[in-house]
Order: sequence, then C-alpha cells, then structure tokens
Amino acid sequence: MSTLTPTERRASVPGPNVRSTGSRRRGKSRMDPTRNNTAAGIAAWLLALLFAVPVLWMILTSFHSETDAATNPPSIAADLTLDAYQEFFGATSGVSPWPSLINSATASIFSTVLVLLLAIPAAYALSIRPVKKWSDVMFFFLSTKMMPVVAAVLPLYLVAKNIGALDNIWFLVLMYTSMNLPIAVWMMRSFLDEVPVEMLEAAQIDGAGLLLTLRKVVAPVAMPGIAATALICFIFSWNELLLARVLTGVVAGTAPVFLTGFVSGQGLFLAKVCAAAVVVSLPVLFAGFAAQDKLVQGLSLGAVK
Amino acid sequence: MTNAATRVSRHGSTTAKPSRDTGDTRDTRARERAVAWVRRAPLLPALIFLIIVTQLPFVVTLFISFMNWNSLSPDTTGFAGFDNYIQVLTDPYFLQAIVTTIVMTVSVVLASLLLGLGLALLLDKKFIGRGLARTLLIAPFLVVPVAAALIWKHAILNPVYGLINGTLTWVWSLFGSDAPPQTDLLSSAPLLAIIMSLVWQWTPFMMLILLAGLQSRPMDTVEAAQMDGATPWAIFHHLTLPHLRQYLELGGLLGAIYIVQNFDAVFTLTSGGLGTANLPYAIYETFYYANEYGLASAAGVVVVIGTIIVATFALRTVFSLFKKEAAR
Repeated sequence: MSTLTPTERRASVPGPNVRSTGSRRRGKSRMDPTRNNTAAGIAAWLLALLFAVPVLWMILTSFHSETDAATNPPSIAADLTLDAYQEFFGATSGVSPWPSLINSATASIFSTVLVLLLAIPAAYALSIRPVKKWSDVMFFFLSTKMMPVVAAVLPLYLVAKNIGALDNIWFLVLMYTSMNLPIAVWMMRSFLDEVPVEMLEAAQIDGAGLLLTLRKVVAPVAMPGIAATALICFIFSWNELLLARVLTGVVAGTAPVFLTGFVSGQGLFLAKVCAAAVVVSLPVLFAGFAAQDKLVQGLSLGAVK
Repeated sequence: MTNAATRVSRHGSTTAKPSRDTGDTRDTRARERAVAWVRRAPLLPALIFLIIVTQLPFVVTLFISFMNWNSLSPDTTGFAGFDNYIQVLTDPYFLQAIVTTIVMTVSVVLASLLLGLGLALLLDKKFIGRGLARTLLIAPFLVVPVAAALIWKHAILNPVYGLINGTLTWVWSLFGSDAPPQTDLLSSAPLLAIIMSLVWQWTPFMMLILLAGLQSRPMDTVEAAQMDGATPWAIFHHLTLPHLRQYLELGGLLGAIYIVQNFDAVFTLTSGGLGTANLPYAIYETFYYANEYGLASAAGVVVVIGTIIVATFALRTVFSLFKKEAAR
C-alpha cells in the first residue's frame, strides 16, 4: 500500500489540478492529432530557426577568420578555422581567459553547494515536516528575491572594502549563495512535495529512522529535482554580472567580467567575440539542456509543473 | 495564508502533536516547544543567512539614503534629510531612468509574452521534429546574458558588418540592387535595440511557462466543445485563454521582476548612453563612477518601492497557483 509512485498519486487526485491534468494529457485522449498540424509545424520551425539564428550565427562566425567574419553581405560559406578560439585564449595578446573561467567555476560551484546545503534542510522543514506558518516563511524567502540587487550593492561593497574582501572570490560565493537561496528553497519545496505522504507514513509505521527515510524514501523521488535546482542555481551564478563587476577586479574577476572587455570595439575582432561568447556560454548550455525536463518547474519556482 | 496551511494534508500525517494525557501540563508544554524547535531547526541556517546577507544591507542602504555622502569629498559627509530623494525625483537623469525602466520592462514583458504565447500554441500541436524545434527555441535563454548582448551589439546590429545589414544587402543583391537600405539601430533607436535583444532572450522563458499551461488544459472540456461544434477561435477565447490567464500573469510578473533589474544588456549594448540608462544602470553609475553614495542609495530605495508595488501583484498570482498546489 505504500508503493504509490508520484505519478499514480497525481493521477488519483481529482479536480482542476495542474498536475493531474498534465499526466492525463500525455495519454491518448488527444483528439485528431494530425489535423492542421503541417501548417503549424512549418510555422513553428520557421520561428524556431529565426530565434536560433543569433546563436547559430555566433557559432558559425566563431569558426571564421576575422576578415571573413566582418563582411557585408555575410560570407556564410567561408573557410572554417580555429583561429578565433586561439586568439580568445591569448595566442597573440597573451591575456588568458582561464583565470576568469576558473573564478566563475569556483563561484558557481561552491555557491551552488552552499545553496543546496542550506536549502534542502529548509525545504524539508517547509514540506515534509512543515513548521507552523510555513507559507509565511515561503513568502518571506520570495520577497528577498524581489529586492533588486542594485539596492543592496553599495553596503555590500562597503563591507567588502572594510573587511578586505574586495576582489575576493569567496565573498562572491557568499553573495551568489544569498542570491540563489530563496529560489532554491522554492524549487526544492516543490520537488520535496512530490514525495508521497503515504510513503512517508509507511516508513514511519515500519519504524524507519530519519536518515533511512531520507535515503530510501525522500532521496529517490527528490533527486532529479535536487539536480535541476543545482543546475539552475549554477546557471544564475555563472551569468551574474553586476555583483561581480562591483565586487571583483583583476584577481577574482569572473567570465562575464572578462567579457565586458569586449564591450567597445577593437578593430577586427568579431570572430574573437563570438568565440568568447561560445566558450563562456557552453557550461550554461550544457547545464540548461541537462535540466530541460525540470527547467519550467524550477524557473517558475515550482508553480508550474 | 494560514488557511492554506491548515489545508495541507502533511500536517495531519505527522506525529508531532504530543498527547495531553501523559505527565503534567508544564512538562507537556515544554516538550511541545522542544518539538516545535526541532521542526524549525533545519530552517534556521537558511533564514539567518538570508537575513544577514540581504536584509541588513538594505537597512544600511536606507540609512545612507538620508546622508550626504560622496566618497571623493569626505568633508561634506552629513545628514541630508530628504535631499537625495528630492534629487532622484527631480533630476532629469533619474527621471529619464525611471521612464526608461518602465518602458523597457513593460514592452519586453508584453512582447515576449505575446511571442511566447504564439510559439506555445504552435508547439502544443504535434509535428515532425517538435522536440528539436523546442530545443532551438530554448537556446536564446541559455546564452550568458553578457555574451548575448555582445553578439547583438557586434554581430547583429553593427552598422557595417552586422547580420541585419548584411542580410539586407544580400536580399537586395538578389534583385540586382546595389543600394540596399542599411540600419544603425544602436544609434538611431538604442532603446529599441536593447528591447529587441531582451525580447529575444525572454520569449523562450514565457513560451516554456505558457506551454506547460497549455498542456495542463482539461482536454475533456475542449473535446466536448469540439463535439458541440465550437470554432477553434471560440475554444481559444472561452476555454484556453481563461485557463492560461494565471500562467500569463505568472510569466509576466516573474519576467517583470527580472527585467526591472536588468543591468547586463544596458551595460553592454549602450553603456547607458542616449537615454537608455535604466534605474539599475543609473544607480551603478552614480555609485561606481560618481561616488555619490547617498544619492545612489536613495535611488536604490526608490527601485525597491517600485518593485514592492509590482511584487504585491506578483505574490498574489504566485499564491493563487501555490494555493491550488497546497490544496491537493
């Protein structure tokens, strides 16, 4: 009796529930699946390609030589080369982007780990064994996210300056942790909510302790959600510019800060800019596609399944 | 909110309630309190950390906003009363920034919602390669914002060799013309350029939320309507749209919260020039370059007040979805 999977349980819930209807839809009840769809398919594909053009163009240009990249009309069929990548990695300038990439990785990975360490217990206390007024706590978390970073950046800058933490990557780790913590708590709560109450009850009746329950009941259901939360937090940290720009400099500058070096034009450098954009975006593209199944639920803070 | 809390089934399923029939009442009450703290304990590290790192700095900002403080001239530091606020609300630079922020946020949210809705309606149908098309459509959202802004600035909007002008030249040459029209949006319509790049980045976000909304439509009502001979437009207008309303609101308000705070695109595409500085960029410039700490803080407080107004609506919407979830 304790083996209901989340899907089964979802399907058994009646009423206008987002989840239950979602799984029903995946069945074969959809009417007439082929009608009118050719036109819609063509339109969707055209728009999809149009939206993808800047990304595809960025990738193509990054493999062109600088002279081929800066032509009007564009030279689509120009020879491919890795020159722009070599230039980006400092072949002639001697300026390597590696320190900034490593800083970004440090800030993103460590802040994500910290976020999970703080958010998972918090979500547990908001979902599986909820405290009183847990929904008030949830909205407190959310309200901190609504305060624009720019309204807190000056005091943070002054604190960092006074304790000598300016241009220190670990200070940025703490900042990114606070930036992502509220959304991570919301995401995690929605993922932990998918652990069926019946299974928790059964584990309790069978006398399973806290750790065993967490390992055998909670973890298997929540793991994909934890992974998605981690990936989304990683993306937000990796993307962040304002705090990094204000709080770091030559030592702890992150990849987005490195990219700001390309804001003003420098002669023929388009292929190099594209190569830089591709390299810096690769981790986000991987993380995003890895989290694709849970991306909507995560980004909507668990409000949309 | 308490209403929602009491409806959650999880409350009934726990054994935290101590039974009253054992021991004296004082003992019970102490145990009750201990149990409550055991429940609260996992929550505290996150809560305390967040209060220290986000709430305290804002209190400091509030404090500084009433001060006359320019780090370049420390002698003049002192209490300023509402001077900074008066300057924020009268200075043409800040007034322009307020207008720019509103125009940017509203137009990006509306345009990306409309485009996202169209794309979601198309992707809701089955067609060949739907998964791949969806993947292509998500890609703009997964480019680092600074990188995306750089691509728009240098590879797409550049007046000499950008893709837009390059395409115009190519299309015109197909018809034998060697005098194609050329654009320079970055100088002729810089705000439009920023809005375009942001719409491009945010449409996938809206599409994902609206697609999830579409796919959670109760199909039996739609099928019943189809049986009764309802036209596709009637179904869209009377069934789909009302169902999508809360998803539209959710997408719009989450998007608004992020776009109000946008810094990357403004910084990269125009560096706030030609009237494109929004409030985050104006505050950054006031504090980082002009070193006017008091003034920057007052502007920061103004942004927070504006955000609270938007956020009140946002919370209500998120809450309506949240309540449905909690009531299951």
